[in-house]
Amino acid sequence: MITLDNVSKTYGSGPGAVQALKEIDLQVPKGTIHGVIGLSGAGKSTLIRCVNLLERPTAGRVVIDGQELTAMDAAALRQARHQCGMIFQHFNLLTNRTVYDNVALPLELMGQSRQTIRERVLPLLEMTGLADKTKQYPAQLSGGQKQRVAIARALASRPKVLLCDEATSALDPQTTASILSLLQEINRQLGLTILLITHEMEVVKTICHRVGLISDGRLVEDADVGDFFTAPGTQLGREFLNDFLKLEAPQALIERLEPEAGPNTHPVVRLTFSGDSVATPLISRLAREHGIDVSILQAKVESIQGRTLGLMIAELMGSDTQTREALATLESFDLHVEVLGHVQRTD
Amino acid sequence: MSSALIDLVWQSTLETLYMVAVAGILSALAGVPLGVLLYVTRPRQILAQPVVNTVLGVVTNVGRSVPFIILLVAIIPFPRLIVGSSIGTNAAAVPLTIAAIPFVARLVEGALNEVSPGLVEAAQSMGATPMQIIMKVLLPEARGGIINGLTITIVALVSYSAMAGAVGGGGLGDLGIRYGYNRFNPTVMLITVVVLVVMVQLFQSLGDYLVRKSDHK
Repeated sequence: MITLDNVSKTYGSGPGAVQALKEIDLQVPKGTIHGVIGLSGAGKSTLIRCVNLLERPTAGRVVIDGQELTAMDAAALRQARHQCGMIFQHFNLLTNRTVYDNVALPLELMGQSRQTIRERVLPLLEMTGLADKTKQYPAQLSGGQKQRVAIARALASRPKVLLCDEATSALDPQTTASILSLLQEINRQLGLTILLITHEMEVVKTICHRVGLISDGRLVEDADVGDFFTAPGTQLGREFLNDFLKLEAPQALIERLEPEAGPNTHPVVRLTFSGDSVATPLISRLAREHGIDVSILQAKVESIQGRTLGLMIAELMGSDTQTREALATLESFDLHVEVLGHVQRTD
Repeated sequence: MSSALIDLVWQSTLETLYMVAVAGILSALAGVPLGVLLYVTRPRQILAQPVVNTVLGVVTNVGRSVPFIILLVAIIPFPRLIVGSSIGTNAAAVPLTIAAIPFVARLVEGALNEVSPGLVEAAQSMGATPMQIIMKVLLPEARGGIINGLTITIVALVSYSAMAGAVGGGGLGDLGIRYGYNRFNPTVMLITVVVLVVMVQLFQSLGDYLVRKSDHK
């Protein structure tokens, strides 16, 4: 539904030029929710603005529903934008229009009759839970309500694609959850394709099917959300994940960690379980088959897109041979093993 | 206070109101579009035209930098062309209008500048044409600021119109100079000032009321 083909964007020219996007390739199939995550300044905003050409890419092609936007003249592009709703971090509602008139705006721009506008706007306000707010002005609404108005407005022209630019970043966690479930509902009911950018892993975890990671203008990862959360392919991906799961080894342990194994050390490992390995009684098996003790230092279980993700930081206590064999056994399972370091034996 | 004096004050008040009304309406009709042009032709704006913007900017600044009393006498032949006479109330309304147009334009430009760029971006994402953005986003969203600017203009016009006497335009300022100052009549001077103060207060209150009513920020 959305295809970015080798899209680059450079601001300015000469030595002072800033390359905000570098050769981005991105495919968003019909009906999926695709998240793009990244740190501030990584190029997320530029990326989403290049999709509906609010920013014109310096190179590359943007294709939505088979139409190449980058090849269009201004008039054709305006028509194409009716297929592509957008919501923003700061809502961008017209302060001097009522809720009803805000939602009606895209239809007015398309030259629809009052009758058609009414027939479209009222059900949208119903769906977004704003039926009793039609005559209010945005200043009278809460942040969550404003974003609902913005969503209704973005849907008014019956687009095939919805672009969300940090749509929940200005909202508190509870409101974020309700907006996300609204987006999910829209995705399911209308089959709308959603491309969203965010810096919050929570958003990706809650509603996205796929996720891209953008760093310094490059798309460095593009994976199923389940895969990304269980085994990120890049260091930055792991940092995002660890930050989100907040599963770091205790500070006291980190201070004792040594990078190399010594004669009297135990390995400390971070295990990431997913899929079938969650159900396997691994720890007791290690103890039984390899005769080692496992000291669990931190553990957490998360449910992501219906997949269970388990995380554990543990010290493997046994002789060198025992722990080496135990590690080999662990690696033979469907789980991600990361040796964080080694600690001196205390026993 | 003699009835002749009351007549004079009343007559002068009407002249002032007439000049202010004519210049106010005409300068709004010309100044609002000029202000919009000044804004939308700025670099990175919806109709960015750097050359047009610079030229309009210079013209507007020239218009604003000429002292009114000089403008009033410098363009004396011009009102004759337009209203058929270079003296009188109608003739005085011409330089008032000319002085107010760039004034209004800059105030409107400033009001438009207060509209969040995000709103323009949102409208663009909906496929709005530049004209639709001006008519449905920029002007309605800047409505409060524009009304405020027009109120400031009206008040400035009341004050400028006091100089209209230089071309026989009449009005309260002229009354104050001729009867109050030249004939050493402090009563007339006081009356004209009081009437002007009341007039300005009324215009300002009306403007404030309209801003409150029209703006939902």
